[in-house]
Amino acid sequence: MANAPDARHRRREGFGPLWLGSLGLVLLIAIPIASLLFTLSPATWLEQLGSPMARRALGLTLLTTAISTALCVVLGLPVAYLLARFDFRGRDTVATLLDLPLTVPPVVVGLALLLAFGRQGLVGRHLEAWGVQIAFTRVAVVLAQVAIASPFFVKAARAGFEAVDERLESAAWSLGAGRWRAFWTVAVPLALPSLLAGTVLAWGRALSEFGATMMFAGNFPGRTQTLSLAVMSAMESDLGTAVAIASISLALGVVALFGARALARRFGAPGF
Amino acid sequence: MTAQAARAPAAGAAVTARGPDGLVFEARIELGGFLLDAGFSVGPKERVALVGPSGAGKSTVLHLVAGLLRADRARITLAGQILCDTARAVDLPPHARRVGLVFQDGALFPHLSVRDNVAYGARARGGRAAEVRATVERWLERLHLVELAARRPAQLSGGQRQRVGLARAIVSGARVLLLDEPFGSLDVLTRDAVRAELRAFLDEVGLPTLTVTHDAVDARVFGDRLVVLDHGRVVQEGRWEDLAAEPRGAFAAELAGLNLYRVALARGSGLREARVGGVALHVLAEGLAGEVYAAFAPGEVALSRERPAGSPQNVLRARVTTLLPMSDRVRIRLDAGIPITAEVTREALARLGLEPGVEVWASVKATAIRVYP
Repeated sequence: MANAPDARHRRREGFGPLWLGSLGLVLLIAIPIASLLFTLSPATWLEQLGSPMARRALGLTLLTTAISTALCVVLGLPVAYLLARFDFRGRDTVATLLDLPLTVPPVVVGLALLLAFGRQGLVGRHLEAWGVQIAFTRVAVVLAQVAIASPFFVKAARAGFEAVDERLESAAWSLGAGRWRAFWTVAVPLALPSLLAGTVLAWGRALSEFGATMMFAGNFPGRTQTLSLAVMSAMESDLGTAVAIASISLALGVVALFGARALARRFGAPGF
Repeated sequence: MTAQAARAPAAGAAVTARGPDGLVFEARIELGGFLLDAGFSVGPKERVALVGPSGAGKSTVLHLVAGLLRADRARITLAGQILCDTARAVDLPPHARRVGLVFQDGALFPHLSVRDNVAYGARARGGRAAEVRATVERWLERLHLVELAARRPAQLSGGQRQRVGLARAIVSGARVLLLDEPFGSLDVLTRDAVRAELRAFLDEVGLPTLTVTHDAVDARVFGDRLVVLDHGRVVQEGRWEDLAAEPRGAFAAELAGLNLYRVALARGSGLREARVGGVALHVLAEGLAGEVYAAFAPGEVALSRERPAGSPQNVLRARVTTLLPMSDRVRIRLDAGIPITAEVTREALARLGLEPGVEVWASVKATAIRVYP
C-alpha cells in the first residue's frame, strides 16, 4: 500500500531512526558492489569481457540455466500442485525433502549427486553400463542447477496454487472441465504471477550456482565452467578477468531480481 | 424454448438405468465426527429450499450432489440417470454430472470476461464454437448481461455476479441448479430486488432447483417446499405454510418465528398440564398424550409488572434477558425457567419499563398454544 493516495498524509514518526537502523545492511551490500564496479577502468573492463574465458563461461551459463530453469518448471509444476491441493500421508515429508537444498550446503548436494550419478554411483553405475556418463558433463551442470534452484520455484508455485480459491476449480470441474482442463484454464492462469516470479527466482539461483556444480560437474573451461566457476578460476591468474566476469554475474542477478519484481507488479503476486 | 436452450450445448449423456425424474438424494457420509445421513427429492420442475442452522450439513449435501465429496453410502439420481450408487460402484466425476453449482458470490473466474465465464462450461463439454457462441449470446440477453459481457467479474455488483454464475451453470447444460446461500454476500438494500429478479429467472428456466439457505425469506421465496436439515438429518419437510403452522425443531420454529417446546402432556381431557423443563404449561389438546410439541407466537405473550388478575391460565414469573428492536415492535427474550420470546409495542416497552434484568409476569392463554404431535 506504499502508493496509497493517503501516503503523503501519513504520520512519519520513526522513519528517521528506522532508516538509520537499516543502514548497516544496506551498506554491507552496497559497498562491495561499488568496489566490484569501480575496480577496473572501463577500457580494461571491456577488454576483459571479450576474453574467451568470459565469453565461453557466459554462453555456457545462459545455455545451462535456460535448460535447468525449464526443467525446474516442468518437474516442479506437478509436485507444487500436488502439495497445494492434496492432503496425503507423507506430504510434509515430501515438502521438506524438496526444501532440503535450501539449507544443505550446495557442496554437500553436489557430493551427493556425484555419489548417485558418478561412475561408481548408485544410479551412475548402471548408466555407465549403457555408455552414458553424467558426472563432469554439461548434463551434470544442469542437474546440479535443478537440484539447487528447484525449491525456489516449487515454493513459489505451491504458494501460488494455494492462493487460488479452490471453489473456482470445483466450479470448473462441475461445469464439465476435467481435472486437466481445470488445471490449465483456471489454476495455472490464476497462479501465473507466482509461477513467473518463482521461475525468475529459480533462474537467478541457477545463475549463482557454484558448490554443487563444482563437485558434480567439475570446472572445465568451455564444458562445465559457468560464470561463478570462471570467477574462481580467473582469480588464480588475473584479478581483472575475475572482476569482469563477476560483473556479468552481477548484471544477470540484477536482471533476475528486477524481472521478478516487474512481473510481480504486472500481475500482482504477493511477497515482492 | 427454455428447456431446449438449457440443454442445448451438451449432448445427452447415456442413461444406463432409468430412475425417477428430478433429483433423488439419499446419502450417508462421515466427516471427522460429523455424520450426514439424509434423503429427499426435488421434482422435475420443483424448487426446494434446504434450510437449517450452520453446521447442519447443507453444503455437504450440495457437494455430494455435485460429486465433489465421496459418500460412504449413497444413491443419487438425476433426470433418470444414476450419478452415484455405492451399491453398484457407480460414482460419476463432477464433470460428467451436469449439475449446476451456483456459489454464494458466483465463484466466477476472475481472469475471464463475463462472456467467457458464461461460455466456459459449454466449451469444456466440447460444444461447437458457433453453437456455443449463439447459446451464450442468447443467455446473456435473457439475463440482461449483454452490456456487461466484456467486463471482468471484479467490475460487477453482487447481483450481477449471481446472474453470471447462473448463466454459466445453465449454458453448461446443467439439469439441476444448486444455489449455495445465494444472497449471503449481498447487502440488505439490494437483496430484495435481486431476490425477486432471481426468482423470476428461475421460473423462466424451469429446471429443478435446490437452494441452500438459513434465511427465512430466502427459504420462502426459493422453496415451493422446504427440507429442514439439522445435525445431518432431515428433521422436517413440507410447504412453508405447514412448517410455519407446526414446526418440529428449533430451526423451523425460528423460521416460523414461534416459541416451540417439546412437552410431556398429561393424560385426560380439557385443560391439561404440559411439562417442559420444570415448568407446567396449561394447554387444550384433545386426543393427544405423551411427548408432543407446543407452540405459540410471541405476540400471544402478554407482559405486566403486577400479577395479572383474571385467569389467563398460564402465568409465569420471568426475567428479561435481551431486547431486540424490530421495525415497529420490540422482541423480548425472557427467562421463565424456559426461554420465552415475547413481542410488545414500543409504547408498552416504555410503559412497563422493560430492560434486561427486570422481573415481569408473562401470561399466555391456553387457547393460544397450539399442540401437535
